[in-house]
Amino acid sequence: MTTEMVRLIEPIIPALRRYARVLMRDRAAADDLVQDCLERAIGRWHQRRADGNTRAWIFTILHNLAMRRLRQASERIHIGLEDADEASLSLAASQEDRLRYRDLLAALAQLPEEQRTVLLLVTVEELSYADAARVLDIPIGTVMSRLSRARERLLKLTNAEAPTENSHPHLRRVK
Amino acid sequence: MSPRPITEDDLNGFVDRTLDAATHGEVTAYLETHPDVARRIAGYCEQRDSLRAAVAPIAEEPIPPELDLSRMLEERRRPRPPQRWAMAAAAVVLLCVGGAGGWALHGSPPEGIRLLAQEAQASYSVYAPDHAHPVELRAGERAQLAAWAAERLGRPVAIPDLAASGYRFMGGRIVPTIHGPAVLFMYDNDRGSRLVMLARPMAIDQNMPMLPQSQGGINGYAWADKGLGYSLVGAATPDTLHPLADEARRQLRNDAV
Repeated sequence: MTTEMVRLIEPIIPALRRYARVLMRDRAAADDLVQDCLERAIGRWHQRRADGNTRAWIFTILHNLAMRRLRQASERIHIGLEDADEASLSLAASQEDRLRYRDLLAALAQLPEEQRTVLLLVTVEELSYADAARVLDIPIGTVMSRLSRARERLLKLTNAEAPTENSHPHLRRVK
Repeated sequence: MSPRPITEDDLNGFVDRTLDAATHGEVTAYLETHPDVARRIAGYCEQRDSLRAAVAPIAEEPIPPELDLSRMLEERRRPRPPQRWAMAAAAVVLLCVGGAGGWALHGSPPEGIRLLAQEAQASYSVYAPDHAHPVELRAGERAQLAAWAAERLGRPVAIPDLAASGYRFMGGRIVPTIHGPAVLFMYDNDRGSRLVMLARPMAIDQNMPMLPQSQGGINGYAWADKGLGYSLVGAATPDTLHPLADEARRQLRNDAV
């Protein structure tokens, strides 16, 4: 049983780290969360439906932990998200890409959490709409409408930030 | 035959590449004749690619040792010193619960309604965060739960309905206390915030006015009527919980009549 568990879970760990990192915007906090998630997944392996989708199942655990952690964090102190270490998010290729990605992730951070999570689960983590609905515990129609809103809003934000030189906007702080 | 209208869902499917060939063809044809929509969808596709590329490096990183699944399993299997740690943690929990330090109900050692308040808090800590089995009987099995509670507690306990206050009844279970079985009812709201109500017969404090309780971020109100003690707890603020407890008590009193 444990070999099957390892076989099914291990390949998902990089994706779990990625989802957690983008939500938490902090490497250590994200990996803590993934560790918690894996502990729970091990402990509850026998409770998962054998015919179920492991990826959706384990993302559900991670997502719920992340939401709880973020809520606790926002109750304690308001962490300035703009101050989060963006270098920990992307170490991508060229300088130009890096700047573009940084702007994109900053815009992503401005989306409401419910839109950000749908967008990430579908586009980055490649969950089906049905699995995303399961992870978020919402109807599939809600997934679709949040996804549309997320895309539209993110496009507006990034277009507003697009390098038209003089328009350096209210939307983000220039570091 | 005029073509099927294209929906926003089709467009999302186009961006996410989940469409079958036929629908993909329809959407492509549609986009060719609708440049405004095509521009927006091109933006979404570009956004998708950029987003994936921006965060891809995270998944390329080597996995840190504390997230090594085989190692985690290995450590679980070993007869472990962590047990001492777990016992220490349990002792700390007991100390916290027994210390009554944070509870607004003063005095010690706890008994009567103060003890009930602590039991409710302990049940909340155990069951409210449980994703798999927060309750044993679900809301749909309300009648069975009521019958079970009546049998184990030796008297009927009504289940308060807090839906009008935004909290859905999730179900419940019997839980142990040192005074015997208690019944736990759980509720949640749309944001996943849960409440636990614990009820059991009281040997002392058979009738008590409502008292606030608070410890470790878990707040609540406890009271007793005609020999049954109740405690409603949750992570919500006392301001949120107080009216809920009032409402529960009002219903329970009406029901008892």
